[in-house]
Formats: sequence, C-alpha cells, structure tokens
Amino acid sequence: MTYKVIGKRVKRVEDPRLLTGQALFVGDVTLPDMLHAAFLRSDYAHAKLISIDVNLALEVSGVVAVYTAADMGDAWEPGPPLVSPPPTLENVVFNSRRQVPLVKDKVKHAGEIIAVVVAESRYIAEDAVEEILVEFEPLPVVVDLEKCLEPGSVLVHDDLDTNLAAHLVQNKGDYESARKGADLIINRRFQLDRGAAVAMENRGIVADWNEKNQHLTVWDATQSPIPIRNGLAARLGLTQRQVRVIAPFVGGGFGPKIMMFYAEEMVLPWITMKLGVPIKWIEDRRENFYATTQEREQIHEVEMALSKEGHILGIKQTIIHDTGAFNPYGLTTPLNTQSHSMGAYDVQNYSSEVIVVFTNKTIVTPVRGAGRPQGIYIVERLLDIAARELELDLMEIRRLNFIPPDAFPYEHKIIDQAFVPLILDSGNYEPAFDKALEMLGYEDFIKKEQPRLRAEGKHVGIGIVPFIETTGVGPYEGARVSVEPSGKISAATGVGTQGQSHMTSFAQIIAEHLGVQVTDVNLVTGDTAEFQWGTGTFASRGAVVAGNAVNAAASDVRQKVLKLASKILETPEKELELEDGMVRVVDIPDQSISLGELALLANPLRGAVEPGTEPGLESTKYFGPAFGATAFGVHGMILEVDPETMMIKIRKYITVEDCGTMINPLVVEGQIHGGVSMGIGNAYYEKLHYDENGQLLNANLADYLIPGSTEMPHIDVHHANTPAPNNELGTKGVGEAGAIPVPALFAQALENALHDYELEILETPLSPNRLYELLHKQEDPS
Amino acid sequence: MVIHQISLIINGTEEGLQVPSNMTLLHALRDKLGFTGTKNGCEAGECGACTVLVDGEPMNSCLVLAVELNGREITTVEGLAENGKLTPLQQAFADLNAVQCGYCTPGMLMSATALLRRNPQPSEVDIQEALLGNLCRCTGYQRIIDAVLKASRNGGAK
Repeated sequence: MTYKVIGKRVKRVEDPRLLTGQALFVGDVTLPDMLHAAFLRSDYAHAKLISIDVNLALEVSGVVAVYTAADMGDAWEPGPPLVSPPPTLENVVFNSRRQVPLVKDKVKHAGEIIAVVVAESRYIAEDAVEEILVEFEPLPVVVDLEKCLEPGSVLVHDDLDTNLAAHLVQNKGDYESARKGADLIINRRFQLDRGAAVAMENRGIVADWNEKNQHLTVWDATQSPIPIRNGLAARLGLTQRQVRVIAPFVGGGFGPKIMMFYAEEMVLPWITMKLGVPIKWIEDRRENFYATTQEREQIHEVEMALSKEGHILGIKQTIIHDTGAFNPYGLTTPLNTQSHSMGAYDVQNYSSEVIVVFTNKTIVTPVRGAGRPQGIYIVERLLDIAARELELDLMEIRRLNFIPPDAFPYEHKIIDQAFVPLILDSGNYEPAFDKALEMLGYEDFIKKEQPRLRAEGKHVGIGIVPFIETTGVGPYEGARVSVEPSGKISAATGVGTQGQSHMTSFAQIIAEHLGVQVTDVNLVTGDTAEFQWGTGTFASRGAVVAGNAVNAAASDVRQKVLKLASKILETPEKELELEDGMVRVVDIPDQSISLGELALLANPLRGAVEPGTEPGLESTKYFGPAFGATAFGVHGMILEVDPETMMIKIRKYITVEDCGTMINPLVVEGQIHGGVSMGIGNAYYEKLHYDENGQLLNANLADYLIPGSTEMPHIDVHHANTPAPNNELGTKGVGEAGAIPVPALFAQALENALHDYELEILETPLSPNRLYELLHKQEDPS
Repeated sequence: MVIHQISLIINGTEEGLQVPSNMTLLHALRDKLGFTGTKNGCEAGECGACTVLVDGEPMNSCLVLAVELNGREITTVEGLAENGKLTPLQQAFADLNAVQCGYCTPGMLMSATALLRRNPQPSEVDIQEALLGNLCRCTGYQRIIDAVLKASRNGGAK
C-alpha cells in the first residue's frame, strides 16, 4: 500500500514544548495548598519491625502528619495481582506475594517503606524523616538464587515454607529423543545479573482529592494510567468515574513505570483523601535505585544438542529467575526468556523449566527487553560455542538454522508471556542477515583488515547476532478520533507516552486517512478522562496495538466524512478525495467542502437527525490481536579492546531492523539508537552490586554507570520490511529491540578480539574489571 | 532556618525571592519561581538534567545554593527561544529528532549552548566532552551530537 504520510520522516509535534521547557511532567504540577511527602525506608533488607516512634517527627515545625501501617487500618492491603499465571498451562506453581503500602511487621527488601511524613515542603518532610525512631530486629538475608532453595534457607515470606515463587515447565517435541541422535551436546551454566532502567525522570505522584466534587485526580509518572485508575477506584471504594489518572509527559519509562501499584501509588491517594489537600511526592535517585523495579538476574543451566553439520536438534534448559521480594508482575519476564531462548531458529525439540525465587532484593518486573535479552544471549552463546566445537563458521551455523521464510506463521507449541501460543507471524531472516554482513564488511574484515590489525598488535573483534522480538501483544487498545468544527482533529488513546513520539506517529496515521496536516491533530495519551479503556505502554506494543486502533478509528471517520460529503456535494463517494483539510471532487477542485464545515453539519442545532445515525464525525475503535507480531533484527559491531585496561572502542556498529511497516523512520531509528545505548550499558557497564546483606552498593549514577556521550558509537541503521500479516498497518514493535541482542553481541565480539586468550564468556554484564578477571583467571587462580 | 531575600536575574529579568539557606538553585527556580523547564534527575550533580547557565557558565543547579547566587545572571531553557522562535540549536534538535522523552533535553540544550558560545565550531569530540555531564537514556546521544554540529553551522547558540 502506498502511503502519503505514514512511513515519512515527519518531525515531532511534541518537540516545541519539550525544547522550550513548556512540557508538563508530574514534577511540574503545583496545586494550591499542596503538601509534600517524604518516605522513611528500611536500610535493612530483612528485619522484623519491632516499634516505630514518630513523636519527634511530629514536633518538627511544618510537619502536618506522619503515617505508619497501623494508621492505614482497613485501607492497608497489598497491591493487586497484576498478571496471574498462565491459565492454560498445567502443573504451574505460583505463590503470589505482593508489595505492601507500608511495612507492617517485617521488612523484605532494603528500601521498603516504614513511614511517610507529610509536610509543608519536601525539605521539611525529609528532615522530619530523620526524627522517626525505629527499632528493627535484623534477620539473616537471602540473596543467592540457588542457596535460597536449599532446605533450611531463611524465608523471605514466613507464611510460605519455601522461597519458591513459581515453577513451570514447557516442552516442545521430545528433547530426550533428539539428544540421543546428537553428534554434539553442549552443556553450560550462564550467570546473568541485575541492572536498572534509570529513566532520567524518577517516579512521581501528585494526588488531589476534591471533597466537594467527590473526585480524585492523580498525576502519575506511569506507563499505564488506566489500570492505575481502575485499581485506585477499587481500593478506595470509588467509582472509576470518580478517579482520573493523568500520565502527562513522562521522562522515560523502560518498563518499571508499568502498572505496578508501587507502595507510593497506594499511599498518596489514601493520604489526600484523609487530609483533603493535594499531596506531592517525587522520587529521588537513591529511592529510584532501591524502590523502583529492576531486572535481568537469572541463572541458566542449558544443554544444546546438535548434528555434526551444525543443525540444532534441541535445547533443554533450567532457568532460575530472581523476582526479588515480591512477584506482582507474575511470570512475564521468565516466559519471555523461555520464548526467546530458541531465537530466530527452527528448534523442534525444546524442554524448558522455569524456577522463580524470592530473595531480599528489590522487586523485579520487565525492563526494556524484559527477559528477551537473556533468551537471545543463551541461544547465541550456545551457537558460538557449537560453531567452535564443530569447526564451523559462526555465521554459517546461524544460516543453517534460521526459520525459513516459507515456514511462517511458525508455531513454537509453547505459550508466550501473553498466554497465547508462541506463533512467529512472519519473517524473512536470511536476506536481513546478509545485509548486516554486507554493512559491516564482514568478509573483508575477516580476510584482510583483521589480520592486518592483529599483525600490528591490535585486539580487534567482530560480532554479528540476529534476534527476534515478540511484540504487539494483546489484550487490546482503543482510540477515539473526532473532526472538530475548526477543522482540527482531536484524538485520544489510553496508552501513556514516555518518549515514543505517539503524538506524532498516531497523528500521521490520522493525517493519512483524513487529509490533514500532522500539526492539525491534537492527540492526548495517558489521561483517563480522555480515554478510559486500555492497558498501557509496554511490550513494544504501542505502534501495533494502539496504532491499529487509531488506524481503525481514523478509517471509520473517513467513511463518515465521505458519506456526508457525498450527500452535500451530490457526488459519489468514490469520486471524492480528502486533501488539505477539504473534501474535494476529484478533478473539480472548486467543488469542495472543508472538514470543519462537515463537522458542523454533522452536529446540527436544529432540525431532525436521521434515525439510526450518530452526531458528529467521530469514531471510537479497538484493536486486539489474537497473537503478537514478531520483529527481527541483526546487530553487528567491530570493536577494539585494550588488553591492558580492558577499555573498549567500538569502531563500527550496524543494525538491520525488520519491524514491518514503519510509521515514522525517524522515530524507529531513535528507538533503536536508545535501545542499543541501553544494551551497551547492559553488556559492559551496568550491574547492580548487591552484597550478602542485600545492600545495593552502587545506588547512584556516579557508581552505576550508564553510557554517556563518549561511550556511544555511531549506529548505522538499515530497515528491512516484512509487514505483519495480522494487523492492517503491518506494524511490528521496535521499542525494546535495540537492547535485546547487545550482550550476546559483545560476548561474541570480545571473544573474537581476544582470540589469543582462552576466553569463553558465560555471563553478563561484563565490565573492564570483570573482563580483566576472566582473562587472568588462568594465570592467577587467586 | 534563616530566610534570605535575594534577587536573581533570570533570562534577563530581575526576580526577587525569599529562600531558606538550604534551598538549592534548582528548587528555587522550579518551586519559587515556576521555571519548571529545568529538570531534577538526581540532585547529586551526576545527570546534568538541571544544568543552567550562571553568568554564561553551565552549572548543575542542584549543587549550588540559591542564596550564593544573589545578583547573578541565570539562563534557563525558558530563556533560549525569543518570541517563540527557536534558537538554531533548538531547531536542530527538532530537525534531527534529538528529543525523545525530553527530560534531559533542557540540560543538554544549556550545556550545548555554553559550548557553542565559547567554541562556535566544535568538533564531534569537543561536543561529546561538553555533554559528558548530561546523561540521556533515550537517544544514544548520536542525534544530540549531530544537532549540535548542525547548529554550529546554522548560527550557533545565539
């Protein structure tokens, strides 16, 4: 299909506000009589709470109230279960334990909230927090993913006789039979560690109960305002219409701002209803490290069975996944790892066990990639190792195993994170892979440049890693599109926006159908008063699910416009065109009527409306996919390692990305750049260091290093396009893609660069320091 | 806490305000004066989201007390565009899609503005180094750097 606006590099309509400091973020909300909250958090990761004395805090001038769990009475209840275990799987163990608003009896991770101070300013509130006296009885701490399952281990939850949070097995084919016919069995253990999302904007909430209107307004830096609205109404005994949640401009989401029901999201609305004045809390960076969710920590015991030609006969793995102290988000992340551990390959036999454990650490929920980087890491590492063992080319072994283009839709016969069968809807992997090799100059590098540079004593390495990303999952999203009498278009959708350019991309879809300028579309996201059905922005689903809802609504409005214009202009619909805000008779431009005039005519103040018609040029539509749209990509890089300092220089970085139809290539490329940046952090800089007491040792941006302007290479992006067959636009998600293959890519390229060492990388994230340790392990066993 | 009467020249206009001794410039700008374009990302001088210009020099406004700056000239992101016309730097950010969530953007613009004023023709490395104190989690920096280069060709910081 040929588009006029969709697929074009349209400049963002949200930028003028963001570039001039006029965009509203939650932290910018100020209301009359607003009070400020600060939280006392536990320094201990595991401790009995013996007593709390808030009297000194209450004496601080400017303090209005101090609350503990005891003050909440019946309003104290754990957060709602957000994602239940998959109903279609058999023999699933799932021990649901959800986070609490304020600690009542036992602290389960450092950073849990003991008390909240409400004061006239944040400064006063924070000072008063220091005056609260708390007696703890410290308890032994459980942090190790394997030791926590040993008999007699300390328990995170005393009402469970185990630290097992969940257990499930998914099988495809018959791995054990496949193993018997194998020429090569590879066994490895992989250790993948934790990282933080580090959105530049920390979380924040302003809650405002209006007693006279009996209405609660909450500004929340969340990715999912609608579920938060629904949950708040249920918790507070209000109707959903009495609660409005607004996620205005949000300064980066990356997963942890998902519909979590964080403790603060439960506490602030309760306080504003109690006090009758607005309350504001903006998370600080230290709180963000302790109290905002994290991800990626898993141990994998994996086996891959191969033929001597390099065909994968089967994969078997046990995944131990750390969910931290609570598991409100169910099994999303480990299910994603399970789904992605077969990568882009035709794997007929797969046996996969997931063990989820509770530890005394910060809660785990999806972070950009959400279990997928781990799955891709596993399968790509195993192929690298297998290729070496079989003396095959690293690229050939991948080509040999790709799912062929005629095998789509390809059903994996397990279920994915959305609880629907893991079906890869479409793909054409080998041409994209070849393109990546060509962009990187693979042959030339291997045959000429690398030998030359090695002769000069340089440690240069090359890596190429393909990956899939399941995107665009259900259940559904919706959108409303309306032509206004001014000729402008107003539109709304329920998903929140954290930098994904929804206001531009969705406006492009609308402009395509209605023949208006993108700047004539005013689109609101993330305000439940504007649109109240949907789930949120996560799982690389905005462009697919909300995008196709916008497309359906805009298409429907176009039909209404044509129908009415046909009547007014006395011309058949097929002879009309929508251009420049007008409906024109093709070839007779003088015979036309503006969209604004039509909108007025569609909403008459006098006269009779035809029976069975609706007023206005407006439509609300929903889109819910039966299963997701699977994107594909290939990343490649050439890097140089200094074997003295282990500092790296990325000489070249390329990506080929197949996310189906692109709505706006500028936006797609930006998503990939940002994803790669996070991936490079995940691969070589970012690791949360918890000690044996559950203390996070690098809870600040000076010690937890995210890539800066000097670390990032130029990224050359090429687009391949295999449109998604199951949605009208043909879109596939791309928001998380950039981050997914990078740790696997680093491992491959580093091994290649350090070919003269016996290096086999089985862990991520690495760091210069860790790489040094790995290289010198053989020389210095101490 | 002692309350001080001070004046700050913000974006060319003198503003009188009362601040307690411990109030940072960041909070004075945002909470006392309503210049909320300046963002709070870490309050520890690590992320650069709060960068403003003090007498033309980039500074983390979270690390300096407002009372120390009595009488000084402060430029915030609200002071860049004149009469709604974006500076060449802001325009380059828009043209090259250098903004995603926009939270680091004000700080980036201020650091880059200071760079272009002291070095109108910076190299790519000059730009990388000038922006090293400004973290961005969305863009991977490439387009921000490209935007600063573009602005340097189109009239600089103004």
